[in-house]
Amino acid sequence: MKMEFDIASGDFKKAGRASSQIKKVLKQLQVDPKIIKRIVVAIYEAEVNIVAHSFGGKLTAHINGNSIEVTLTDNGPGIKDIEQAMQEGFSTASKEVRDMGFGAGMGLPNIRKNTDELNVTSEWGVGTTVWFRNQF
Amino acid sequence: MQTVIKEEVEMKVSDLVEKFGLKVFSGEDGLDREVTGGYVSDLLSDVMGNAGEGDVWITLQTHQNVMAIASLKDLAAVILVKDREPEEDTLEHSNDESIPILGTNRQTFEIAGKLYNVLNQ
Ligand SMILES: Nc1ncnc2c1ncn2[C@@H]1O[C@H](COP(=O)(O)OP(=O)(O)O)[C@@H](O)[C@H]1O
Ligand SMILES: [Mg+2]
Repeated sequence: MKMEFDIASGDFKKAGRASSQIKKVLKQLQVDPKIIKRIVVAIYEAEVNIVAHSFGGKLTAHINGNSIEVTLTDNGPGIKDIEQAMQEGFSTASKEVRDMGFGAGMGLPNIRKNTDELNVTSEWGVGTTVWFRNQF
Repeated sequence: MQTVIKEEVEMKVSDLVEKFGLKVFSGEDGLDREVTGGYVSDLLSDVMGNAGEGDVWITLQTHQNVMAIASLKDLAAVILVKDREPEEDTLEHSNDESIPILGTNRQTFEIAGKLYNVLNQ
């Protein structure tokens, strides 16, 4: 099964739409609640990153009998130093975004903690792709 | 000799409303949710990463991402401190998900202390 979502830049009101719909589907498929909890954290954080830090992008989820694979691609600006971005506490979020409670620099670390496999690639000036997979 | 059997008392959101005199803004259908713990933070990723199912979340954030997180994490309720009021779409989301948003005039330290005591009795 394939699910796709467009994610607009700056649209915080819609952040969480993909994660909540995917959560519903996984529940229907009777995936272990502990695994659903992890995947939902990862998807939410990845969605928010596109909203907060990119010019917009999309999320594609592939769900089969024994795993979920999620790919998020955006249209830039990209991440200059991925290693630095992955560090807990690192954030370039604006003051406005931080005042909302985002921008703690815990998003990518949360994604890493809650996925079985994670791959982040990025080209400055082009865009970022975040891919992860969790087994059921 | 007397044997005292200590019963596991189930704590519901409605019990907290009564005990602490909380205002119920929305999500009334969720007042019978069971409360198993609490979490205090205004950083959304912190809550996302560390809050547990059945927790009551104490915060001063009022925008609708609070409800997105409460629902994704299966939280029992949200308590807004210092007389803060939820935004309109936050209320709607709370009603849709039947996760109550509650309010208090107390500040975080006080309400968290009270909740901690009640849950660890
Ligand atoms: N899709 C993205 N596009 C551009 N930069 C990103 C993207 N995702 C993450 N980043 C960068 O990595 C940093 C750390 O991300 P994260 O750990 O989620 O923390 P936060 O979102 O709280 O800043 C961000 O502040 C931003 O600089
Ligand atoms: Mg983030």
